Amino acid sequence: MKVTVAEIRNYTMNFGPQHPAAHGVLRIIMEMDGEVIERLDPHIGLLHRGTEKLAETKPFNHSIGYMDRLDYVSMMCNEHAYVLAIEKLLGLEVPLRAQYIRVLFDEVTRILNHLMWIGAHALDIGAMAVFLYAFREREDLLDCYEAASGARMHATYYRPGGVYRDLPNKMPKYESRDGKASSKTEERNRDRDGSMLDFLLAFTDRFPACIDEYETLLTDNRIWKQRTVNIGIVTPEDAMQYGFSGPMLRGSGVEWDLRKKQPYEVYDQLDFRVPLGSTGDCYDRYLVRVEEMRQSNLIIKQCIRWLNGHPGPVMVDNPKLAPPARTEMKQDMEALIHHFKLFTEGYSVPEGQVYTAVEAPKGEFGIFLVSDGANKPYRVKIRAPGFAHLSALDAMSRGHMLADMVAIIGTQDVVFGEIDR
Amino acid sequence: MMGALTSLWHSLPLLIQLGLKIIAILGPLMLVVLYYTYAERKVLAYMHVRVGPNRVGPAGLLQPVADAVKLLFKEIVIPTNADRYLFVIAPILSVAPAFAAWAVIPFSDTLVLADIDASLLYVLAMTSLGVYGVIVAGWASNSKYAFLGAMRSAAQIVAYEIAMGFALVGVLMVAGSLNIREIVLGQQGGIHQWYIFPLFPLFVVYLVSGVAETNRSPFDVAEGESEIVAGPHVEYGGMGFALFFLAEYANMILISSLVVLLFLGGWHPPFEFSPLTWVPGPIWFFGKLAVIAFLFLWFRATFPRYRYDQIMRLGWKVFIPVTLIWILVIGVARVLSPIHFVFR
Repeated sequence: MKVTVAEIRNYTMNFGPQHPAAHGVLRIIMEMDGEVIERLDPHIGLLHRGTEKLAETKPFNHSIGYMDRLDYVSMMCNEHAYVLAIEKLLGLEVPLRAQYIRVLFDEVTRILNHLMWIGAHALDIGAMAVFLYAFREREDLLDCYEAASGARMHATYYRPGGVYRDLPNKMPKYESRDGKASSKTEERNRDRDGSMLDFLLAFTDRFPACIDEYETLLTDNRIWKQRTVNIGIVTPEDAMQYGFSGPMLRGSGVEWDLRKKQPYEVYDQLDFRVPLGSTGDCYDRYLVRVEEMRQSNLIIKQCIRWLNGHPGPVMVDNPKLAPPARTEMKQDMEALIHHFKLFTEGYSVPEGQVYTAVEAPKGEFGIFLVSDGANKPYRVKIRAPGFAHLSALDAMSRGHMLADMVAIIGTQDVVFGEIDR
Repeated sequence: MMGALTSLWHSLPLLIQLGLKIIAILGPLMLVVLYYTYAERKVLAYMHVRVGPNRVGPAGLLQPVADAVKLLFKEIVIPTNADRYLFVIAPILSVAPAFAAWAVIPFSDTLVLADIDASLLYVLAMTSLGVYGVIVAGWASNSKYAFLGAMRSAAQIVAYEIAMGFALVGVLMVAGSLNIREIVLGQQGGIHQWYIFPLFPLFVVYLVSGVAETNRSPFDVAEGESEIVAGPHVEYGGMGFALFFLAEYANMILISSLVVLLFLGGWHPPFEFSPLTWVPGPIWFFGKLAVIAFLFLWFRATFPRYRYDQIMRLGWKVFIPVTLIWILVIGVARVLSPIHFVFR
């Protein structure tokens, strides 16, 4: 009798797009040797909405809202890069107060993003509680978004020349269901008596304790460390070659932060530090992001202090670029015409091409804008940080187990809005 | 009245008597399982600053009933390429041992369905059988996710079954019996007599292995929500899924009750003085059981999930050596008379 030994082959496995850890619509084809990943191939494009092409068909100021929807957990940072590009072409100088407001909301957005990330990352690794704790704090920050812009997520708050409107003087309050005052509603309305800035200040006072709470659940947790230490190591050289940016790059120990290296707005006048990792594993990136939340908290405090003492305009005084006040519109023919022209035709931008980038929570978010002098951009190219990170997923996951790959997706903090665009 | 009932009871054929006894155990058990799921959702919710189910019935108390009804009425879908017979048998294989093990669990000194000599061995055998349901389910589903889950489960069970077995060896060395009732009787006389103190390492190993054996967080790699979605349960819906669910929770309660019986004095009150001794034994038993069952939920709310190979490392390189060493310690202590009294 002839004995044949079965040939042991790797098998392919399809991960997603309907998968709890797919972070939206990621689809991965994996070649696996048992539990170990030999090779994997991320497929993108399931959330493609043609943002870049859409922007070409619309006046410059109409596409701001699309930017929110790119990386839909760090909305205002995306707007920021786009608005900066238009301003650069126009040669606009933004009022100082608007610059501070932008920095304030950039950092609020950074905390929002990192809260979402820490929750999702922990949930991927199986720790459920952090996710819901993080959402508790996100709620307060989204309330600030709503108070300032009227929308909880897709704000369209930054405009070329400043911001849509000044910060509100009062915070919306909760109402009890039956209209009667109850201790629960009072508790929820605790910090909402003053302005939005007062509310945010109260938040920054209690937020470090919240971060401590997440850290008690994770940082020294043996299981958490076993799951993240030495997983998905990226050397500094590799990180630069893959085109990493943001915490992914800093986790590997490369000191690169656009807020420090190419300061935009008022970042050069603010006092903050940039945390760095050393080994470039998931744990280092976790620590970097947690520290970034603390630093963002400090930046917000500084901005609030400045904003409280310096009232002033938040939009350039140029009727061709900034919409007129509503009250003016009812009385003044000119204002009405300007309003109509601005919101239908927009404005023409001088010929030229610019690249502007901001340090978005996920990394360098850049807009390359080409104008041929018309009222619509000739070409918009979006540089999404997540795209570069995701393309390194294969290299980061090889030789790791399936469960580690999930941790690596978590540490990359990918959002498909910006990757698929 | 009572006399009439007793005579009626004795006039019934033995099989019917047995059947009624089984119903008397399984009925409440099903109810407890039902409300254990409710408790889990509520406990988890409050630990997560949420509210949990509160829509169906007062405070959501009818939620588990609604869930059960929903699962019962769902269509049973058998995937085209699945092995039909194994696919159907798997959930039954999983739930039957989880219930059968309850036959030998004593709720008090006299309240036990089958007071057999080697009841501890029987329980060990039954809890080990349950994993076949999971493995067969993973194989029969003909899905890579399910298969990965089944493989993980099989590997895990080998490691933890051994650790659990050794932990029980420690108990039976001290108690000198394989009968659970006698093991509990050996812990009579107050909290200082409970085996948790002389056998503390074994208690920890048994409890943690129990969590692993029931596939609960942080050892839920076989299910691995964020990795292999639901593992062996991936292809199951409706009643099949409900049976797996039932088996998992029945097993959790079983492991909790074994922890109580073997290490925490079973139905004995912690102190043998009057107000405590008035409370009936079963109440003590269920009280202690609830505390251990709560631990399962607490773990789930707090811990991240281990990776599959890390679980194996913990099982083989930590738990098994710990149990072996402690068995040696017990053996030596029982021979050396000066410290003999600790282990009796």
